[in-house]
This record gives sequence, C-alpha cells and structure tokens, in this order.
Amino acid sequence: MIEILKPGPLASVQDAGRHGQRQLGICPGGALDTLALAVANRLVGNDDGAAGLELTLGGCAIHFHAATRIALTGDAFGASLDGRPLTCGWSVPVEAGQVLRLTGQASGMRPGLRTWLALAGGIDVPVLLGSRSTDLKAGFGGHQGRALRKGDRLALGPSRLTEAQRKRRPFGVRLPDDVPASDGATVLRVMAGPESAQFSAATRRQFHGAAWRITPQSNRMGSRLAGPEIKRLRGAGDMLSAGVIPGTVQVPPSGQPIILMGDAQTTGGYPRIAVLIRADLWKLAQAPLGGLLRLEEVDGDTALAAWEEQRRYLCALAPGLALAGWPVAPAHGDPTNGN
Amino acid sequence: MTATRPRLHALGEAALLCELPPPATLAAQQKWWALAEQAAQWPGVLELLPGMNNLTLCFDPRHVTRQALEDKVREAWPALAPKTAAAGRLVEIPTAYGGDDGPDLDDVARHTGLSPREVVRRHSEADYVVYFLGFLPGFAFMGGLPAELATPRRAEPRVAVPARSVGIGGEQTGIYPLQSPGGWQLIGRTRLELFDPKAEPPTLLRPGDRVRFVAESVVA
Repeated sequence: MIEILKPGPLASVQDAGRHGQRQLGICPGGALDTLALAVANRLVGNDDGAAGLELTLGGCAIHFHAATRIALTGDAFGASLDGRPLTCGWSVPVEAGQVLRLTGQASGMRPGLRTWLALAGGIDVPVLLGSRSTDLKAGFGGHQGRALRKGDRLALGPSRLTEAQRKRRPFGVRLPDDVPASDGATVLRVMAGPESAQFSAATRRQFHGAAWRITPQSNRMGSRLAGPEIKRLRGAGDMLSAGVIPGTVQVPPSGQPIILMGDAQTTGGYPRIAVLIRADLWKLAQAPLGGLLRLEEVDGDTALAAWEEQRRYLCALAPGLALAGWPVAPAHGDPTNGN
Repeated sequence: MTATRPRLHALGEAALLCELPPPATLAAQQKWWALAEQAAQWPGVLELLPGMNNLTLCFDPRHVTRQALEDKVREAWPALAPKTAAAGRLVEIPTAYGGDDGPDLDDVARHTGLSPREVVRRHSEADYVVYFLGFLPGFAFMGGLPAELATPRRAEPRVAVPARSVGIGGEQTGIYPLQSPGGWQLIGRTRLELFDPKAEPPTLLRPGDRVRFVAESVVA
C-alpha cells in the first residue's frame, strides 16, 4: 500500500494502455512514454506493461506503508527517499514508513516533463475495458477514474521478487539517449501524413525547418505547438473525420500544429501533415513545456529501423537483469507499441 | 462508387489509411464495414478504425508489411459486398436547442441563411444513420445531415465543450458524450448518457443505428 501525500500538478495510474477499444471511440491512453514505463517495470521485476504512476513536473510526495522496491524513469525532478537522492534508471529497495519526494527541480542538463514510478507488483486497481490506465478525459479506469489526490491510498499487486531480491542493494541501467539539436530543441522524426499534399512544398519546408515551441496548453491529449502559421493550399475542403493515432500531427485552421498523444481522440477532422514515428513518441512525452521541437522528415524504412533499434535497447537490458537473478519479462507482445 | 478504388496512404509506419473521395454515402460506408470485418482476420492487423468514408488499419510491421496490406486491400475491395448493419434500432435523442445549450445555433443560422428555428426544424426532422464511433468514447458519427445545414468547424476549437452537446461539423452532426475540447458548432444539448464504461456494451449508439433528434425546447 502506498499513500499520496502530495500529487504534484498531475499524477495518475497508467499501464501500457487500453488497446483494441478504438472502434468504440476509446483512446489507448496509458503511460505516454511506454518505453520509460517498461524499463522501470523491468527494474522491479514486473511485466513491461504493469501499472505504475505517471507524475508530472515533480512536486509530489509518496508514503510507503509496506516494504517494496521501486524504480523511476523520465526526469527524477530532484527525487529523494527519506532525503537520500534517487537517480532515474535505478532499482532501489524501500522500507515501510519511507517517503519518496520529488522537488520539481529538473535534474538533468535538459529539463524534462514527466516521471514514471514502477513498484514491485504494480499498482493494483481494477482492470476496466482491458486496462488499469486512468482515462482522465472520460473519467474512468485507474484510481476512481481521476488524477490522484492527497490522501489517496493504492494497493500493490503480488511482487515477483523474493525478499532477498527486494532487499538487494540498488543497481541501475543505462536509459535511452536523446541527442538534442544545437539550439537545444528536441528532434522528432516524422513521416509525411495522409494530407501532406494539401500543403505547398514551401509550407512543408517551413514546417520541417521551424523550431516549434511547446505551449503550456499541451497535455496528455496533445502537444500544441507555436511557430510559423502553416496554411493549407487554397481549395482544400473540410475533410471528413478519419482515424488518428498518437503521434499524428494535425493542422487546425489556426495554422498552429497539434501533435496528438495517448489521451487524444480516436478520429480527427483536421489535415494530418505528418505522423511521428513510434520510436520517437517517448521523446515528446518528456519534452518540457516551453521547450523547442524540430520535426525532421524520414521515410518508412527509417521509422522501422528506429523501432528495431529501440527493441534492441530493451532486449539488451535482459541479460544484465537475468544475471542479477531478476525475473525477466517474457518476450510477448510489444509493450511500447504506439498502437 | 464501386468502380472507385480507395486511395491508400501511410499513417506513420504502423497504420494504413484507406479512403474514398467524397461524398460519404451509406452504400460506401457499408463497404468499409465489410472491409473492416475481413481485414480483422488478416495476420498482423491489430485494430481497425472506421472513419467517415475511410478505414484505418493498425498493424504490426514486424508481422506484415504495409505493401502486403495495400495489395490485400486492393484485391479485396472490388469483390466486397456491402455489409448491411444488423437490424438498426431507432434511437431518439431528446434535445434542447439554442441558448446556453446550443451557443452556435445563431452562427449556423447565419452561415446557412436560414432562421435558427428553421435550422432546428430541419435538423430534428431528418433521419440519421450511425456510420461509426470515434473521436470520444461513444461519440457517433452519423450520415443524414441535410446538405443545407453543413457548416464548417470553428476556426479555433473550444477547450471545453460541455458533455452531451449536439453539434454540426462540416457535413456531419453528432453528440459529445463527455466534456472535451472540440471544434464543432454547438446547436443543442441532450440529457441522455452516451457512454458508461461499466455497461455492456459501454456505448448507447452502435454503427447501423437509426437516430432522430426530438426538439424538446428551442431558444431562438
């Protein structure tokens, strides 16, 4: 059992997402960075998609009522356990009565936005429509269908670690790299979207050349960008609603693009100029509000190669964890599948 | 319509959009339902997202390539028999039009050149068919909006559209099941719940349902 002493700006229970419900209009949701969730889960002996907490901008405190083992990924935001600093990508034993605090001070050279907390056994909330994730917009799933509040208590599921493993001294793994552009911008790779031909070549160059600012209106539904006005060619009519997936870059008539994320609607009616490749979704989930983005066009082969590279990163964690005697998640499914 | 081949385009590396040129017709939508049913059986296909006059196939590129899926769609399309929905029910949607419930009714009237009351009369006298659910849990996209009521979406989407609002977006009409951001023109509001995650099925409306809006009140 854990207790939320302070939730920070937005804390919610999230797993690998609610997939297979789109035909009812239900979004996949889940941890916006499923790669970070998977790594944190592996560090505590869980399946990649076990439910954990997604925290935003730190500023939170969590009291552990029972001994467990935890791991943080994303931005640590000055995390400490009873005052002892914690680093992301480390697996750490926790005793009953200890308190995890995130100050809100970005820890790296580059600020982040979100933190994922995995606990041995995972958060045990009811499975609704196939997932434990909180659908904040529709108000169901997770803990009472809402963001976490002070005083909320959450039960943990059965851990796969033995008591000896749970108490093992801390160890860490290398987290995925993200190399920013020279202006500090997060570089995201995109493929041309179905309506990209509704924009002139000059407009598309402007779209790919710009440094886009992530506005504070961004949330789990989408990142709203500010930059040059992106206009469609004259004569392009109002389009009919069609499926959208996380990573879809829509251009509303205002000309300021929106990149859809896990909680976005399942269909949209704005032209889709581009779609983020799946391997870069996690970078957007961690890109800070007010930060810069660049959207670099790549082809489908590059997207697939980047995805395989990400799979190799996850696979490369397994031998080390197995060496430590850790239960290694079975190689089923695709925990980081953006679908 | 049957002579037209769908346009195919990648939606990222793990989804394929198939679409027909406008207009959206019920006959075309019935072919999309048929294609969705067939594609659900294809190896590597994870999820099917029907839209208005289109279908998106989400797939696992490690199990099937986009090229292979494109070939299958092109091969399947000409032979598809339109799938008629199982006995569509008639669902009535009691609606309060205009005023605070439908703040854009006047804008729609201005755009269409009709009086607000005439917009309401034509909207509530039409017969609609649910083409697909999408956008939000339980949100039904319906065909049947009288052509003269078509009104473009708002230039800047609202940050919070109230739950159960009835709106017009382009050539479509629909009901917002939940409070959410949205760009449609709001003309009214109903008191019916459209989504309950614990119910089976969780949505009030289903593809193939016939829908009528019943004007319970009009502020114009």
